[in-house]
Amino acid sequence: MGVLSELAVLLRPKLLAACRRRGSKGRVGRVLVLIGIGAAAWPFIYVAVARLLSTLRGVEEIGPLLAARLLGLGLLLFLGILLLSNLIASLSSFFLARDLSAVRSAPVDWLSLYTARLLETTASSSWMVLLILVPVLAAYARVYGGGLWFLVAVIVTLIPFLLIPAAIGSASTLLLVRVFPARRSRDILAVTGLTAAALLVFVLRALRPERLLNPETFRNLVDFLAALQGPASPWLPSGWGAEALMGSLSGSFDPFDLLLLWSTAAAAFVAGAALHHRLYPGCFTKAQEGNENVVRRHAGWRWLEWALAPFGVQRRELMLKDVRIFFRDPTQWSQLIILAVLVVVYVYNMRILPLSTGTMISRYLVTLILFLNLALTGFVLAAIAARFVFPMLSLEGRTLWLLCSAPVDAGTLLASKFRIGVVPLTGLALVLSSTTGVLLGAPRGLFTLNLLAIVGLGCAFTAQALAWGVLYPQFESENAAQIPTSLGGLLFMLGALVTLGLVTLAQIWSLRGFLVSGLPGREPRSASSGEFLLAAGLTAILCLAGTLIPYQLAVQRLSRIGRWSEES
Amino acid sequence: MISLTQLTKRYGEFTAVDSIDLEIRGGAIFGLLGPNGAGKTTTLRMIAGILEPDGGSVRIAGHDIVREPMAARRVLGFVPDRPFVYEKLTGAELLRFAAGLYGLAGPEVEHRIDELLGLWDLLAWRDQLVESYSHGMRQKLIISSALVHQPEVLVIDEPMVGLDPRSARLLKDLLRSYADGGGTALVSTHTLELAETLCDRLAVIDHGRVVAGGTMDDLRRAAASEDGGLEEVFLRITRGASDAEIDRVLKA
Repeated sequence: MGVLSELAVLLRPKLLAACRRRGSKGRVGRVLVLIGIGAAAWPFIYVAVARLLSTLRGVEEIGPLLAARLLGLGLLLFLGILLLSNLIASLSSFFLARDLSAVRSAPVDWLSLYTARLLETTASSSWMVLLILVPVLAAYARVYGGGLWFLVAVIVTLIPFLLIPAAIGSASTLLLVRVFPARRSRDILAVTGLTAAALLVFVLRALRPERLLNPETFRNLVDFLAALQGPASPWLPSGWGAEALMGSLSGSFDPFDLLLLWSTAAAAFVAGAALHHRLYPGCFTKAQEGNENVVRRHAGWRWLEWALAPFGVQRRELMLKDVRIFFRDPTQWSQLIILAVLVVVYVYNMRILPLSTGTMISRYLVTLILFLNLALTGFVLAAIAARFVFPMLSLEGRTLWLLCSAPVDAGTLLASKFRIGVVPLTGLALVLSSTTGVLLGAPRGLFTLNLLAIVGLGCAFTAQALAWGVLYPQFESENAAQIPTSLGGLLFMLGALVTLGLVTLAQIWSLRGFLVSGLPGREPRSASSGEFLLAAGLTAILCLAGTLIPYQLAVQRLSRIGRWSEES
Repeated sequence: MISLTQLTKRYGEFTAVDSIDLEIRGGAIFGLLGPNGAGKTTTLRMIAGILEPDGGSVRIAGHDIVREPMAARRVLGFVPDRPFVYEKLTGAELLRFAAGLYGLAGPEVEHRIDELLGLWDLLAWRDQLVESYSHGMRQKLIISSALVHQPEVLVIDEPMVGLDPRSARLLKDLLRSYADGGGTALVSTHTLELAETLCDRLAVIDHGRVVAGGTMDDLRRAAASEDGGLEEVFLRITRGASDAEIDRVLKA
């Protein structure tokens, strides 16, 4: 059998599985929801990018250059995301997939196996980036009059652009597995996670967004453009991609950019294939090895057992089990590092805000920034809930039989998971909110209101994440980190953002008189107790509803746990 | 102790379990036999309360598994066909967790854990994460987790999966003494030797229905095979492939 025939044989089951997943009875609704979300998000992205580009186009001389730099920045960001995504996805497709034992024991040529797994990795890592790129590139085509030629240029550019990070990512994972032979394969994912965190910080640092916010501080326009050009390096595929695409739009197309892209993709593929041929058999074997995993009962665990004792034996054991599994699973706790970095960056950003104090204008600004802070902290909380709380039930996965056959009711199970989720989430929210509140010098009333909202949102997000996790479980997921990227995770994020928006708007509406009084030309005044009470009352009602309704729905759904797990 | 009445389960158009009636008395080992896809695992999962029946009822020690699920599950121990457990818990922690689900804790549970792990020669692995256990060790651990709360009814799907001959023998002895002590064991198996030597009564399921049941002698009569072993009886009842047919496929 030739390589192409083997490739077809290897990819066919995956394609069939993907088609059947989409066509199956229970999935049709989910696909429709996804299409609905896409239908809403695409026009939004399209209009936003098109308006920005139209504005830029109006800037004489540097307009098209800025648009090209913007595309370069966007592609650089996507390149970073693709690289990280491929690192994680290739670990699953090359080392952890359940069908690997069967495939590796069959007389399959190594090149076919490598190519099939690389394509699989590329597809699973790139589809979301592609979905976002569609409206962005459509906006470029609209503003700069791109036609069929631009479409061809997009296809010819994106294929190598997606393949390069896939080949580099999978080769990097191969080397990681080789460097850490004694560790279990899952631990590699933790290292990948740490690398991802480091790379993310690097990419963010390379973007230096604060410099772009204030171009006036630059010595001259050249400095400003240089700052924009910085990350869009001419040595990176994102730069070549941006040049090729903008060239096709502006009529100054240079085939050299495409040549660079395709030759790099080919080189990455060949290098990746050579590494795979040489190292994969040994690395695969090492990835299957287990460590000796002796666990001693440390004082910390004994203290936790004691602290949870008042909940009763059953609830205590359910909570202890979740905490133990979390801290023993590098794929789980390693993400706390990324979280810590993001929190530090967030607090640092608040710290360096150029706010003067003592005047009414700055007080007005502080008030506005407090609301912005609430929205941003809420967003961070929602993202954390999506990552850590949403997958809680899915992670029970194939061990669900133990809970189903034991005398554990849905309420007890969900309450245990709620407690485990809500305590760290609201704790973090309080720390984040109070630290930034103090740094901003927030007035006491607004500060208290902010804390009330963030605690309420912590509860609401925990309940909603659990509820969406119950409605859209991912029992078959091979990678816990990928669970939040499922449709359920997406729906949770949308629901959480709606809750956050409602709470923020309710507070703004309640305090509108006070807020308007801070505008120039108005008589400044403090917020009345009535306004604060109204804001606090509305916040409490919204957060309670946002907690209790999804929680009850989840309990009802979970009480039919057997039927529900079988259907999923 | 276990009573199934017109038990039915459908997956869309497909009827996996079709109006099964079974009565399993206490102090006995009952074997459930049948070809692949006959509906054995589905039946056992309904008995364990993991799946909801579409029709009929399951009563365990007098408790309806749908109407009184907590009471029914309290007296039940279940061993699934595939040994999936929490990989990041140690063997002892898993058994402590299983006991905790039944509200049990303290020195008695610790003693019971050591007793069960010792029985399977797993004491040296007590504080090792389950992820480093072999398939057979996991099976032993799951059987232990089903026994940790000393259930009145034990439901085991494919008990011998992954067990070495010594452990298989140990399990047989364990089940026999469990039944002799008044416990009820329902065992689904493909291992006909196990069914023949261990089970007091048997039922053969095919296409979701009970096609034969009773003692070994009852089955022989049903298959019109007075002197045959269980393998021959089983093949006759389930109309398995003939020797000639097997030869033809192997030589094709």
